[in-house]
Amino acid sequence: MTIVAESPVVTVTDEPRQGWLSQHLGTAVIGAVGGYLLGHWAGNLIASGYPTVTGTAANGANDVAVVLGLSFGVFGWLLGIGALNYPLAKLVGREPLAERPSVGWSRYFRFTLDHKVVGLQYVIGVLMFFFTGGLLAMAIRTELLSPTTHIIGPGTYIAIVGEHGTIMMMMASSLVLGPLGNYLVPLMIGARRVAFPRIEAASFWVFVAGYLVILTALPLGGFPTGWTGYAPLQTQATLGMDAYLVGFAVIGLGMILAGFNMAVTIINYRAPGMTWGRIPIFVWSMLATAALLTLATPVLFVAGLFGVLDRTAQTAFFVNEHGGNAFLWQNLFWFFGHPEVYIMALPGFGIVGEILPVFTRKPLFGYRVGAAGMIGVSLLSFFVWQHHLFQSGINPDMRPLFMLTTELISIPTGFIYLVGMGTLWRAKIRFEVPMLFALAMYFNFLIGGVTGVYLSDVPVNVTLHGSFFVLAHFHYTIMGGLVFAFFAGLYYWMPKMTGRSLNKTLALWHFWIMFIFFNLTFFPLFLVGLLGQPRRVFEYAPHLQMLNDLSTVSAYLLAASMIIFIVNFVWSLYIEPKAAPENPWDSKGLEWATATPVPFHNFDRIPLVLTDPYRYGEPDAPPVAQITEVPLPPRVREPDPLGSDAGGVTGGGSADG
Amino acid sequence: MTALPETPGAAPDTSPAAAADRSDSGHGRRIFAIWLVVAVVIDVLFVFLAGPHLPPGAMTQNARSQQIDFTVITATALPVILFVWVYFAYALIVWRHPKGEPLTDGPPLRGHFRIQASWIAVTTVIVMAMFVYGTVELIGPAGAGGGEGPAPIWTPASSNVLVIQVIGQQWRWTYRYPSFGGFETDQLVIPNDTAIAFHVTSLDVIHSFWAYQLGVKSDANPGSDNVAFTTTGSATGTFIVRCAELCGIWHADMTTSGVVLSKSAFERWATLTEVKQAAATALLPKFAWSYTPDANGADGGYYPDSKDPYSSVQTYGS
Repeated sequence: MTIVAESPVVTVTDEPRQGWLSQHLGTAVIGAVGGYLLGHWAGNLIASGYPTVTGTAANGANDVAVVLGLSFGVFGWLLGIGALNYPLAKLVGREPLAERPSVGWSRYFRFTLDHKVVGLQYVIGVLMFFFTGGLLAMAIRTELLSPTTHIIGPGTYIAIVGEHGTIMMMMASSLVLGPLGNYLVPLMIGARRVAFPRIEAASFWVFVAGYLVILTALPLGGFPTGWTGYAPLQTQATLGMDAYLVGFAVIGLGMILAGFNMAVTIINYRAPGMTWGRIPIFVWSMLATAALLTLATPVLFVAGLFGVLDRTAQTAFFVNEHGGNAFLWQNLFWFFGHPEVYIMALPGFGIVGEILPVFTRKPLFGYRVGAAGMIGVSLLSFFVWQHHLFQSGINPDMRPLFMLTTELISIPTGFIYLVGMGTLWRAKIRFEVPMLFALAMYFNFLIGGVTGVYLSDVPVNVTLHGSFFVLAHFHYTIMGGLVFAFFAGLYYWMPKMTGRSLNKTLALWHFWIMFIFFNLTFFPLFLVGLLGQPRRVFEYAPHLQMLNDLSTVSAYLLAASMIIFIVNFVWSLYIEPKAAPENPWDSKGLEWATATPVPFHNFDRIPLVLTDPYRYGEPDAPPVAQITEVPLPPRVREPDPLGSDAGGVTGGGSADG
Repeated sequence: MTALPETPGAAPDTSPAAAADRSDSGHGRRIFAIWLVVAVVIDVLFVFLAGPHLPPGAMTQNARSQQIDFTVITATALPVILFVWVYFAYALIVWRHPKGEPLTDGPPLRGHFRIQASWIAVTTVIVMAMFVYGTVELIGPAGAGGGEGPAPIWTPASSNVLVIQVIGQQWRWTYRYPSFGGFETDQLVIPNDTAIAFHVTSLDVIHSFWAYQLGVKSDANPGSDNVAFTTTGSATGTFIVRCAELCGIWHADMTTSGVVLSKSAFERWATLTEVKQAAATALLPKFAWSYTPDANGADGGYYPDSKDPYSSVQTYGS
């Protein structure tokens, strides 16, 4: 029995809500628009006389204005939301204004220091990205219904292809760490806050800024390179390319901030007793992901910067004729790009590792092997990037070397199957919706992962590179793996995060339609690629039309499953919300031990962790943590939970986990 | 105040049915037996029925070796996939929580050294075998048709290698035959039973020369030479050439076909074309492994002419 009660200390509901004249999404928009106009004007001032790559500024093709406009716009956005108040105040040597924790629904539109609010903001953010990218995907599949009848022109088509890919990759980088990681990791490790709440909140607002920047690519004419942005096509492209480069730099910044905060939180803010052997497997996956986010993304940022400089400041990083090399972009991009795809795989492993024990009522089998696998994947992911360049004319000695490293990385990747299969052995399996999504993740990722082995084999890569086979492979791993796992996590943790459950019938319809038609959309694309259709084409051999049509029709039905999800989401959260039980899945996780709704400071007292959260099947096992209930005198104003003595008053220690 | 939820069903099932259920080796044997039968049947069916028809076909030596490689990988991968599927299917059917009963836990199996060690060992062996096999196949048929860059290390055994330069540009392929005076044509004609070196380059952005049935794919990089080899078999016939790297708006349209002729027919075609195009060939830039566009290409040309202030600077052919 758990008591759902308000904490006895003064709660933030006693404070009046901040009004319209404070900083919120509206001021962010004002800042963004103002910044864009200022930057655009400044760019025209500086560079109106320059001959740029595609003409002179006089005919409107002024990359400098666009780049400065977008950059100033992002800066203005951050100023407007209040993300820069604290650093600016410190910069001029003043004490920053006291931050009043905001209350009510408006806090979701503000810069907030509560990691739980940031998590829920991210839920809306990633869904916004996902559905925009999904609409673009529908346009692509519609165009591919016929090899001869075209509904959109080739320029528009290629712009849509690039936009779809870029938006999806941007979204997928933070798909789990943003909403679920930020919300749950402090709860799972017994912390009352994250290490850097302002950095975490800034990462969300930067994430949204990146979305807006990449969207501007479309009205600017789109970019013709696809999400991979290869030079020299990149240098040749018109204005939309600048939105791509600035957009990636902005998203990259958000990824670095989010990853850095997550890593430091996990390392330093674990509650007493939370040893490395007791943290949930989801936290291991967040740590491995955070390491990659922090270490690999700067390379993307720099590559984007080089591209922008080439297009505006007449540098020649990627321009062969002036001493640069177009090859450099490929290498920089994929040096980031390969860890990037593991940024997308690892969180999925963490979620299914967390869900399986609950719905099999067994401890996680091979916990250490699973954690080692994640660390191994994270480390090895830096050593495989040349497999994207096997046919690019790299030094042929390198090809067997990178074939080896790529084959080797499939070993730790496979550990999640050992862990999952071991957990299923003699279990008591309950087929709740999160479990269904987790099982589907295993099914899909198996196909995705094994097809990766084909691509890692250089001779077979000769046939498959640049074809639809590659496309089907990464959709199986990213969408079939990560997105399915994301939905598993969303359905699983929704009762904790919002106090409401999603409707089970609608959820089952969502699952089955999504699973069946996801497979029917992407499996034919393996065959289409094997039969010779290259990527990113709007025309193809006529005998492939039936397979393409099967894929397109299934894609529409896949989209329909998303509509069912949206209906469920809106209905269950806003229109007819029903309170969820405290712990509807009977999980032993520490995050389920908090009150609902989770108070600002998470735990009244820092818990003393006694064991890991997987002690199923042991009636004598201790509870996962000791949370003693000591009543505090009423109306004691609790010390600022963000101050240096956070948690210290409760004797549980704060940052020194 | 917060308190830990008391999760029900903490005790493992001790009913007689569970005792019988506890025979681990029974389950293991059953899963293994089902898997063995299914894997062998499907593997054999695949290798013999699908194997000979796999892409990219057997028109050249390297295409055939890619086909074999694909078969070997699938023959190895299928049992792995089936093992996971058989296991999951068995587990999901046999080990369900009984419906309607109060929640019970499973046995607290946190790990098993032998199983974990065997898994790691077996997966490592499979992966290393794939690596060795892939490297052998890469070396054997002279690079397996992939672009090896300007200094290839795996070359055909034959000393008689026909050199064809493939030039990619937005948005068409052209080919130059240096052994026949360097004429340029948009028809890719090659002889059978011959080792061929494709020297692939580009005039503008990165393209990728993909001759599907020949089993050749080599990126076309501007300002550089990417060499890929193939050795045609005795079959004559047509093959498709596509661009496999997004190169702009009409990337999808960079599709042509080529033809494999008998050696004598090829000789006839090549010498005839050389004569027919002699005048045009004289106007082309001198044959080189790559071409750099005129520094002042304001008139859109790759060819220097008297209007260009830098026309005395030869940026290609030297």
